Amino acid sequence: MAASSDRIPPPLLPAKEEPGAATPDMADGDSDEGEDIFFNNSVPVAVSRGVSQPDNVNEQTPDLFGEEEAGSTTAISNGVHSDDDNDLFAASSFTTSPAALQPTSLEQMEEDEAEDSFDVDVAVTNPEKVGDGMGAYVAYKVSTRTSLAMFRNKTFSVRRRFSDFLGLYEKLSVKQSLHGFIIPPPPEKSVVGMTKVKVGMDDPSSVEFVERRRGALERYLQRVVSHPSLLQDPDVREFLEREELPRAVSTQALSGAGFLKMINKASDAVNKMTIKMNESDTWFEDKFQEMENEEQQLRKLQAVVDSLVNHRKELCGSTAVFAKSMAMLGNSEDNTALSRALSQLAEVEDKMEQLHQEQAASDFFIFAELLADYIRLMGAMRGCFDQRVRAWQRWQESQSTLQKKRESEAKLLWANKPDKLQQAKEEITEWESRVTQYERDFDRIGMTVRKEVLRFEKEKAKDFKSQIMKYLDAMLQSQQRIVTFWEAFLPEAKAIA
Amino acid sequence: MMEEVNEVTSTLSVDIQSIKVTEVVKDGHTLTFLIESEKLSGTGVYHVDRTYDDFEWLQQHLFSQEEVSGIQGVIFPPLPVKAQVNASAKVIKQLGILGLGEWQAYCKAMETFVRQIAAHSILGKNNAVEIFLTSSDPPGRHRVRKNIFNRLSQAMEGMRKEGHKDVDEFFQTERDHNLVFTGCAKTAAERFLDVVQTEQKIAVACGHFSTALRLCVEQGEDPDELDFTKVCVKLSEVFESIQKNVTSVAENNVSTLGLGLDLESRYQEAEKEMLYRRTCKLVELETTRRNAEKAKPVKKAAMEEVKKAAETEFDHISGVAKEEIARFQAARVKMLQQALVQWCEKQLLTAKESADQFNQHLQAFRGMA
Repeated sequence: MAASSDRIPPPLLPAKEEPGAATPDMADGDSDEGEDIFFNNSVPVAVSRGVSQPDNVNEQTPDLFGEEEAGSTTAISNGVHSDDDNDLFAASSFTTSPAALQPTSLEQMEEDEAEDSFDVDVAVTNPEKVGDGMGAYVAYKVSTRTSLAMFRNKTFSVRRRFSDFLGLYEKLSVKQSLHGFIIPPPPEKSVVGMTKVKVGMDDPSSVEFVERRRGALERYLQRVVSHPSLLQDPDVREFLEREELPRAVSTQALSGAGFLKMINKASDAVNKMTIKMNESDTWFEDKFQEMENEEQQLRKLQAVVDSLVNHRKELCGSTAVFAKSMAMLGNSEDNTALSRALSQLAEVEDKMEQLHQEQAASDFFIFAELLADYIRLMGAMRGCFDQRVRAWQRWQESQSTLQKKRESEAKLLWANKPDKLQQAKEEITEWESRVTQYERDFDRIGMTVRKEVLRFEKEKAKDFKSQIMKYLDAMLQSQQRIVTFWEAFLPEAKAIA
Repeated sequence: MMEEVNEVTSTLSVDIQSIKVTEVVKDGHTLTFLIESEKLSGTGVYHVDRTYDDFEWLQQHLFSQEEVSGIQGVIFPPLPVKAQVNASAKVIKQLGILGLGEWQAYCKAMETFVRQIAAHSILGKNNAVEIFLTSSDPPGRHRVRKNIFNRLSQAMEGMRKEGHKDVDEFFQTERDHNLVFTGCAKTAAERFLDVVQTEQKIAVACGHFSTALRLCVEQGEDPDELDFTKVCVKLSEVFESIQKNVTSVAENNVSTLGLGLDLESRYQEAEKEMLYRRTCKLVELETTRRNAEKAKPVKKAAMEEVKKAAETEFDHISGVAKEEIARFQAARVKMLQQALVQWCEKQLLTAKESADQFNQHLQAFRGMA
């Protein structure tokens, strides 16, 4: 439609905002705050111990939100950076409308660097198997620490199961996606993984599965609460606070490789719609293409990381076997000093094996999961873009309906049927306002999508950076431990006479 | 024209410690080794090129020194299996750690072989060694007469002899011990090879990751993505470092402990062969004794002669063998010690360097906006 070209987005009305209730973070356009909780994950060393020794999951310090110091080697906290900002969240009304967001121009949106803090930290910990047999499930402790007044308490926790998380996503999707928000996707269902867990939670692959899921659920929640608009959704609050949650039942759609399939299906549906969108703003087209390319790249990276993780696991195995063969060699050896050195060597190699194990876990939990998260997030982004196209289509359709109404009004004028004419006039008024509304919706969703994309990209860079630093830290510690092993072994080797 | 091996004994005219296999050249299917050694007179360096056939020629010459008494009691330095360009899977398996890469480890093993022969108190005196190291003509084109150590015929004669009880406790112990140790050493060498090969796979995967990351960012020049691009570029560098680290670790493994375990394994086999030769002689001796006892008076004197000859030879062999075993045990402990110390030192250095590198990367990330 020619009308859609060269349009300047109208200023959004702050009509729904109550005086004094505006949240500082929602009032300004740039809502990239909460970076600290957005992507904070467990330190890999702890995570890996969670993999190889299930007991450690419960041994973690009770302070789930312990602050991570830069370069700290022993922080086992599962939780999130706490923010020291004391900006309290004033009592507010809960509006699910994003109308309170009011960027005045795109430039301002991008420049805005307001340092509002988010005072919500969440952590997902303590997976516990509930029940027996095939009906069993795993319950996680969801802990929240907040200074926001919209919550009843400052710290509290509830127990949730996986389907609860999926249920939250379902609800958010239904309500929020129409606004163009990127709804963070939850981790995927896994029949295989869960069956193993139902049978028994003790074997290494089950432990790994549960830990992986726990981490993914935590990151999912962190992303939800760090989104200024989603945090306002009462379902989110209910999820965090309410003791007992009604069982989520409509999670069928998210089974299997569900989430991405769903997004792709929706995309296809949009593409098949007859009215092709006439894109006036090439930004969206370009961005979409970029995103698709990037998603492909991420998938390639994911494949390489998977292969790396497998090789590291292989290395654990071969190191262990080698260690045993050296121990045997040491045992058969007559020369005492040589025998001792060989036995020491076997011990060093055992320690190496442990290190390789941790390294593999680190590779996996840091990179593989990071990439998987972002591939899913990019799918969610595509969903946003689709929402915008739908909004445009709705607007176009309403314009065409209005046109038809006007035509029938004209016909009725000629036919001289006064009562029907009245009805026609009423309908025209109604549709005129609809057209206005849908146009406004379209513009608004466009703004939101742009904001979301910018926010996403900033967060992505920060997220990757933070994970990489974690990884480097773990690598550094690894190397330092290796140095101590070799330094201890050297005198033994030299002592062989 | 090949020089005749006239004299049995000679003094080597080169400095044994200077013997080096400097390079290996691929010529179609053949590998040619360039060997260097410094003249003891200080007047220069010998450069010769030798193929595997030449090494075998040397070995055969040494095997066939019938005139040296007790020669069968010598533990012969083991020659590695023949390396080939595009070797079959079977050969690769036999080569073990020596088959990795571009033959660097293999060259080292060949060098060790030559040095050990040159340094051997009996073997080093053979003129063939001098010819091998100094003659400009490759000596190996001539087929040498069949050596007395034809393994094939020995194997066929009977594995039953291997278990034959010894008359000397020293040797019985040594045989028992060697049996256990040969197996352990071979296993250890094989397991270590597995470790190294997996490390190489990891290095390759890291390289792929690094490359894939660079491709990732070449796509767009979106200003919004600038931060992310920077992150990806730095991460790509990180993984290059990791790749270097793992490659170093694998190389250290091969060049020190890997070679050490391989040599240990092959040397234990060489000792096994010597002990077996002696055992066979023992069986022969016992046969001649029985024959002498049972002999009819007509043949008695002759049988006694044969018996005495067998006894003398067996005593010589046992005498040489005892010395060889003592030398071998001392040498292998020293060799393993060196291998372990070098291995440890190299890995320590690599670990420290890597720690430094990772720290630098970490600081760089922290400094990033």
